[in-house]
Order: sequence, then structure tokens, then C-alpha cells
Amino acid sequence: MYRTLKDLPSEPVAEQNTEDIITGTWRSIRPVVNEDKCIRCYMCWKYCPDMSIIVRKEGDYPTVDLDHCKGCGICSNECPRNAIKMQREVL
Amino acid sequence: MIEMMTANYAAAHGARLAKVDVVAVYPITPQTSISEKCAEMVEKGEMDAKFMMMESEHSAMSALIGASYVGARTFTATSSHGLALMHEMLMWAVGARRPIVMPVAARTIGGPWNIWGEHQDVITERDVGWMQIFCENNQEVLDTVLMAYRVAEDPEVMLPVMVIEDGFILSHTVDSVDVPDQEAVDRYLPPFRPEHPVSIERPMRHGGVVMPDWWTEFRHRIYLSQEVARTKLLEAEEAFQKEFGRSYGGMMEMYRCDDAEAVLVVAGSAAGTAKEVADKFREEGKKVGVAKLRVFRPFPAQEVYQLGKKVRTVGVFDRSYTFGDGGAMFNEVRSALHGQRNAMKNYVGGLGGRDVTVKNIEWIFEDLLKIAASSKVDRMVEWVALKDGTGRW
Amino acid sequence: MTMIDDPVNKHYKFTIPQEELMTPGHSACPGCGEPLALRYLLKALGPRTIINLPAGCAAIIPGVWPRYSLKVPLVDHAFECTAAVSSGIRAALDKKGVEDVTVVGWAGDGGTVDIGLQALSGAVDRNTDFLYVMYDNEAYMNTGIQCSGATPCGAWTTTTPGGKHIQQRKGKKPIMEMMIANGIVYGGTVSVAYPEDFIRTIRRAKSIPGPKFIHAYSPCPSGWRMDPRKAIEVSRLAVRTGVFPLYEFQEGRYRFTKEIKKRKPVEEYLRLQGRFKHLTPAGVAEVQALVDREYEELEAKVEAGGR
Repeated sequence: MYRTLKDLPSEPVAEQNTEDIITGTWRSIRPVVNEDKCIRCYMCWKYCPDMSIIVRKEGDYPTVDLDHCKGCGICSNECPRNAIKMQREVL
Repeated sequence: MIEMMTANYAAAHGARLAKVDVVAVYPITPQTSISEKCAEMVEKGEMDAKFMMMESEHSAMSALIGASYVGARTFTATSSHGLALMHEMLMWAVGARRPIVMPVAARTIGGPWNIWGEHQDVITERDVGWMQIFCENNQEVLDTVLMAYRVAEDPEVMLPVMVIEDGFILSHTVDSVDVPDQEAVDRYLPPFRPEHPVSIERPMRHGGVVMPDWWTEFRHRIYLSQEVARTKLLEAEEAFQKEFGRSYGGMMEMYRCDDAEAVLVVAGSAAGTAKEVADKFREEGKKVGVAKLRVFRPFPAQEVYQLGKKVRTVGVFDRSYTFGDGGAMFNEVRSALHGQRNAMKNYVGGLGGRDVTVKNIEWIFEDLLKIAASSKVDRMVEWVALKDGTGRW
Repeated sequence: MTMIDDPVNKHYKFTIPQEELMTPGHSACPGCGEPLALRYLLKALGPRTIINLPAGCAAIIPGVWPRYSLKVPLVDHAFECTAAVSSGIRAALDKKGVEDVTVVGWAGDGGTVDIGLQALSGAVDRNTDFLYVMYDNEAYMNTGIQCSGATPCGAWTTTTPGGKHIQQRKGKKPIMEMMIANGIVYGGTVSVAYPEDFIRTIRRAKSIPGPKFIHAYSPCPSGWRMDPRKAIEVSRLAVRTGVFPLYEFQEGRYRFTKEIKKRKPVEEYLRLQGRFKHLTPAGVAEVQALVDREYEELEAKVEAGGR
């Protein structure tokens, strides 16, 4: 998108979102959701600092956005039913 | 309409006529009456601006950067320590491309304390990227504020401007000023329409981190805008002449320089004194000229170079001293004359509010004519009227 | 698994607004509280918001040019002038007759209680209509964990490596009290462990014209030397031990937004964080005494307000 001086905006303004930054490469452990135990309380979705727990609509089971999940483990720690386990990331 | 007023009041009227949206001020001698006048005009309803009393000059400049991002035309004024305190935000305003116009009543920076006029505070800020225009009299201050907005807000420029008035000498001295009509100013000055204002509909980040791979290019853009500003300044002045009937000779006003044997380059109110003395000398058949350095940033290198081709002996008056190999203006003029064999001398004077008198200028012109005749420069830097007990002055 | 006091919602409902005004791919450390705090703020305020922020973690987290992870306009500026820039933005919006946009000054603890104090005091004094949010990770984290005016006594930082022994300070600056004395129209503490309360407090603040001060607790696993997965747990414990009580101030009255009937011992909070591991039992007892004293003072103020 920006190749030379001439492509630059006249002021240093940024408006491209960060979704194409794959922060998923940061993690060494990843969350795995056990739908049998999950009660769909959405605590994991609420507490994810990277918006990487995806719940499209109420009633859905949460899924993990593996492109962006940094493996912090908050979702696993906060789950009231121990339905999320952190597993070693496969390289 | 002709009124009697100080340069400070003239600057305030300039802001009123320019219909500034936001004014953020903090008091410091000798610019305080600019903010007082603005406050009075806002109170009376003569000026329709948001007036903010800030808690420091740093905050004043910060507030204006924020306001300018939303699309407001912004104004403040300062001097001396206030300007120094703002230094960080002066640089930010340039990088953020905010077209703020700020009269500066040029004053010493302590310690020790001295509240009177000299150019040290503004010369110290020559590297930040603000445009700098030195004014000779109160009329020029008002006119330059209007021209400054027109140039600063030009989409190809978008850089802030300092309008410099000598502290106390101009800021507090009453002179006659022709205050233009609002309708004429409205014709001259279009409304402020930034290209990338803060916008809810198109949310962007303004001024975030730029990594090494692109920083150079953004800086280069600022450099290009400063270069374009040269043309824009001349255009703005031409348009000003058409609308109001006044102009100031462009980047450098060459006063009787064409056939001069010696020329003094000088900025600010001292230029006015120098012109008077030049007239007197010319009557006596002595060929001197005055090159009034009006626009200091961007630096008029071409104009100086052309001057150097015509006139061999060039004296430069510095109303500050920045401890280089000679004063700041001297060095910049000398650098622009590089390659030509000019005889040059630096005169440092008028510091700390000491007047630059007719006698001082007469001494300087005599000195320059001696240099022109003998092609010998006795010393590179001359401290004007220095009390050194030698009886030289 | 943690103990939670929020009732577990078995009706598959979102208890906070669903819309995200931030995109993932931002640069926060794993487990950082700041993006969570910003996420809740944006959910509370919606898109008609302008944020301005100084140097700090929050300036780096939304990405570098040309990328930007928020869906509201953001203005960057130098370290000490957050509230001054907010004042300027508000003045320009007023001049343009724009009334329904919230101006948020978003600064860290160092950028507020130390270098940003002058500007904040001035903006409050001028009755600027804005929301100032101090995200408190209790040190200058962006520059690598140095002690700030909001670092609690006894915490390890790179400039207080001995913890309590090296510090000459009085402790955490009582910024909420300072702001109340300065004249804010509303003050509230919020924590990332209580998102519903966070959003409620922000929305309440938004509804009151004038200068509002929000103190947001923002855990920093990197700087506090702790396991990132415990970030929310430690934030919850901060509230439940009384280290960071959730309360609000308005019109001279204090009110708890989260009542804690029986406070947990502060030792449960401290032991999760590496920055406190050098504290001896005597040190822990001192911290407990301090927390007790401050909490009781707050309780007295709440009582005095009455209803």
C-alpha cells in the first residue's frame, strides 16, 4: 500500500486495522474448549484481552481465534467449570 | 481604520480578524497583553473564540494541537521562558502538521532574569520547523498574523508560524496601525479546512508510532512543505498587497542595496532604525543599504546569495548570541554566501533590552564602509557598544 | 479455576455489549490489563468518542503506522499534556457546536500522578467536560518497570530493587482524593475483573457534564512478575482484599459500587505477584495494616455521606 514518499498521507495518520498482524505466533500454550463442560457463560469471551474468544451470537459455544490468541491463559483460569484447558502449542 | 495601539494589541486584532476558533494562553512578560486583549474582546463579544487560561505554556501549545486536530483555527502567544517551556510541543506541532500561528514577543531567556527584548528565545527555536517571520513595526505584526494563517493552512504547507515582535520595543510601544475591515479579511482568508481532521465517521490515529522504515519520508514531507512555503509566502504577500495595499518586500526586503558598497543584514525593529540611518548616509553620498531579514525560516538562501553577488561587503546584525563561531544569523548568511568572496562581519547587539541606537548603526555603517574600502576585516565578531573600557564605542 | 462472585449466567447472555470497537493483533503483552480496560471503555462509550493519549504502554499497544486497532479517532501527544490536549479538543468541539462526542484522556499512572499532574489539575480547574481515565499498572511499565508515584510501598521495580527498603516515598499517591479536592464532578474506581461494573461506572460518568476522573486498575503480568493467566484473578483479589476498593464519588458523597462484607487477607493478593516476593511476614503485616487503615477511612467516608 505504501511504497514511496508520494503514497504517504499529508499527516502521519493511520487507519489500517491490526487484524493482519498474526499475534498467534506469540503463544507457547493454546486454549482448548471442552463443549461438554462448557455452560456458555461467556466469561472467557469477556476477559480475553485480545478479543480472541469468538462468540458469534448468544447460545453459541466459544471458539478460539488461533490467528490472534497469545496464549495468556486468562480464559482457562476464569472458566467456572474448568472447560478450557491450556495445551502445549504444536510448532 | 487607523488606530493607535501596541504591537501586542495589533496581534490580538489580527487574531480577531482571522476569526480564530480557540485561544489558549498563559501570561509572560512582555506578551501578556495579547492574551488580555483577546480575553477582553471575547468578553465583549467582539471575538467569537473559545478562550482558555492554561496552567503553563506547555499546556497552551498542547491544547492548541488538540483543538487544531478537530479543525479549529488556533492562536496563542508567548515569550522567552514560555517559548522554551513549549519547546517539546513546538516540535510536536510541526510533526503533527498543525497550522498554529503564534506571535512571540522576543525576549531574553535567563538566568539571570531580564525581561527585555532580544532574539535569543526565537533563535533558539530555529531548528524545530516552525516558520519564523520578524516584524519591523506594529502594522507589520497585524498584517503578518493574517498572512501567516493563509500560508500555514495551505494544504501544501500545513506548518505552524511564529510572528516575531521585539519585546517591549514593539510589544509595548504605541504606533499607528491601520486595522483592516472584517469583510476584506474574510475575502483574503478562507476558512480552515484540514485534510485529515479528527472524525467519528472516519476514525484514524493521528500521530502514532512511525518506525525507522518510514520516519525519514515523513520528515522529508515536512522539508518539502517548508520549501513550498517560500512560494506561498510570496503569493500571500502579493494577494495582501492587492486587497490591503501593503507589502513588505518578500523574504528579504532589499532597501537601497542595488548599488551599495556595504549592506547590513538585520531583523526586527532595528531594521527600521537602520533604514533611517541608510537614508542619512545616502544623502551624504555614502553608499550603504539595509537587507531586512524578514522571513528567517524557511531561510532565504537564494535571496542572500543574490545579494552577495551584487554587494561585496556584508555585515550581519545578531540580536542574540548562540555561542557558535559567530552569531546565528551571521552563520546562516555566511553559509548561504558560500563560494562567493564576500567580506563579512558579525555585529552582536541590542541584547537584554539595550536599544540599538542611531549612533550604533552609524558606527556599524562606517565600519562596513572601511571594510569595503580596505578589504580587510579586523575581527569577525563585534559586540556593539560593549562597555569594555577601551573607548572603542 | 478461580472463585468468582459474579453469578454464573446460565441463560447464554452477554452481560456486556457485544460489539467490539477494537481489533485483535494489537501489541499488548499476553494477559495485559490495558487492552481489556480500553475494550470495556469503548463498549461503554460507543463510537462517538475521541481519545487522546500520551507516551506509555497505551501508545504502543494499538499498533504502529500505518496500523491502528481501535475504531474511534485517537490523538497522540507528548507525555505530560494529556488533560491539556483533552481541553483543547473539547474547546474545538464546543466551538463547532458538537455536543454528543465524549472526550477521553487515557493516560497511565506515571503520566497522571507525576508528570501529568499539572495539566490534569488545570483541566479540572477549567471545568473541562471530559473523562480522564488513569489506567494504573503501578509503575512506568513502557520504559521497563520503573517506580512511579502510584507504585505501592514494597513493590519491586527496577528503580526500587530493594522494594520497601530503598523507597523514600510516602507510598501510592492518593490521586482520587487529590482530584476530589481539585473539583471533579465524578470520581470512580474500576477494575478489569468487574466488567459490568466498569461499564456501568463509565456510562454514569459520561452522563455527568464536567471533569470526571476514573481510576482503572490494570494488571501488568510482565511488570508485576506474575503468571499472565492470573491477571484477572489478581485484579479480583485486589478488590476483595480491599487493596483496590470499587467506589464512586459524586456531589460530596462516597458510595461503594462493590460491597465487600469480609475482606480477604492481603497476603492472598501479594503472593500471586513476584514484585512482592521479597516481603517478610513483617512487611506483609505492614501492608495489611496500611490496607486496613485506608479501607476503614473509606468506609467512614461512605458512612458520613449517608443516604
